[in-house]
Amino acid sequence: MRFMMLIHHDEPALAKAGSELGAEYGAFNEALAKAAGCSPGERLKPSSAATTVRQRGGKTDVLDGPYADTKEQFAGYFFIEAPSLDEAIAWAQRCPSSKYGSVEIRPIMDVTGWKG
Amino acid sequence: MADEAGRAAERVARESYGRLVAFLAARTRDVAGAEDALGEAFAAALRTWPVDGVPENPDAWLLTAARRRQIDALRRRQTQVAGEEDAQQMGDAIAAMAEQRDAIPDRRLALMFACAHPAIEPGMRTPLVLQTIVGLTAEDIAAAFLVPAKTMGQRLVRAKARIRDAGIPFRVPEADELPERLAAVLDAIYAAYTKGWSEVGGDAVPELADEAIWLGWLVVSLLPGEPEAKGMLALMLHASARGAARRDAAGAYVPLEEQDTRLWDVARIRQAEDLLRQANAAGPSGRYQIEAAIQSAHVARRLTGVADWAAIVALYDHLVALTGSPVALLNRAVARAEVDGPHAALTDLAPLEADERMQSYQPYWAAKGHLLSRAGHVAAAAEALRVAVGLTTDDAVKGYLLGRLAALAPPRREGPER
Repeated sequence: MRFMMLIHHDEPALAKAGSELGAEYGAFNEALAKAAGCSPGERLKPSSAATTVRQRGGKTDVLDGPYADTKEQFAGYFFIEAPSLDEAIAWAQRCPSSKYGSVEIRPIMDVTGWKG
Repeated sequence: MADEAGRAAERVARESYGRLVAFLAARTRDVAGAEDALGEAFAAALRTWPVDGVPENPDAWLLTAARRRQIDALRRRQTQVAGEEDAQQMGDAIAAMAEQRDAIPDRRLALMFACAHPAIEPGMRTPLVLQTIVGLTAEDIAAAFLVPAKTMGQRLVRAKARIRDAGIPFRVPEADELPERLAAVLDAIYAAYTKGWSEVGGDAVPELADEAIWLGWLVVSLLPGEPEAKGMLALMLHASARGAARRDAAGAYVPLEEQDTRLWDVARIRQAEDLLRQANAAGPSGRYQIEAAIQSAHVARRLTGVADWAAIVALYDHLVALTGSPVALLNRAVARAEVDGPHAALTDLAPLEADERMQSYQPYWAAKGHLLSRAGHVAAAAEALRVAVGLTTDDAVKGYLLGRLAALAPPRREGPER
């Protein structure tokens, strides 16, 4: 199964996290790069840099800010290939962000062989 | 002939349902799909067995029929290329299994671990196990859990979809994870037992307690090396062995102290004791093992007349240290009253007064009333017993507590004496 791992962080807390987190992420991304079917993801700029767009009834709304105003904001992502949720949970535990924020595990829908 | 076939179908249903669901679902992780396929296979059996006779290997027959439905469903859902290969492969694997008698691998344990996976909402684990392993209907489960049948049906459908979509595995966890995961499985089974038993039986569903014991035997047989599984089964067997003694001929509640021990199921107690001995010999004590040991001590006390209350208090000490449960603390205080008297026990109960969970917990008020009455605080005891009566849903227990209340303060006669 393919999973997208969505990292969420409390932004002020993340800003305070020092170089320790960076070093942990370096090692984590290296491990991720070695695992078959996994790919290191990206870290996103803080939600203050986000823009949200909606089109309703022919009218486009461009909003300054993230989709949801929550304490923990979407902060990054990576992809893994794993036989089941248990291995995905293990990757989430390895991800340094699980200690500072949270990691949401989302199975990716396989649309190639399915009619729906 | 028709009757014989019907009975055979029922017997197979009872013995094989969970086994076949587990086997069919283990590969696809689609529990609902497996149940549908098996349901159609059972329907086909009820049509053809009365006419053609019961097949020599009913399990294999059902598996073959279910397999056909499952492959059809898979074909319907998948594109030609991707589907054919998968369906063919699965068909071959199942056909190979069905050819050999009794060779259907038992995947029920894997299915149980999927049902009690941490990614499944704790409240749905017991209903899932009861439906997929035991084969209870959503209506039966809903009745035991006091929710509308439709609600329970929807929750079960959602939980099964989650097993399939979230990627929850069908396997027995590795050794490092096993204790925690097994605890969830045992908790799910024990919750079924307590649902079926409630505090004292009453309007509960006794069949559910039997199903839980059956599941307990199943886990013990599939994981013979796990002491906690044996501990939990011993605990359930001990409690159920006294089932017949918990009511008198008029249906009134009889507490352990006053039970007629001749009504106890001695064979069942022996089974429990045997399991507990094995568990104690095998490894570290868990919650269920300690609770079973406490039951065992109470039974020995009533049967031999020799009370070792200090040992019972020591067991509760372990339990409190292990679980931090206020219920364990409550029971420890009640046991301690037998060693150090009711005043010491009431002092132990003091910290529970601030615990919100205890305020609506009937056994807390009943125990408190009992201890206060022994300590000679009649007014306070009456108040506690009245709260206990107010919290009781079981009429037999209510009658018992009202009797205690009456014995405490004999009712004054109405009107002047002539």
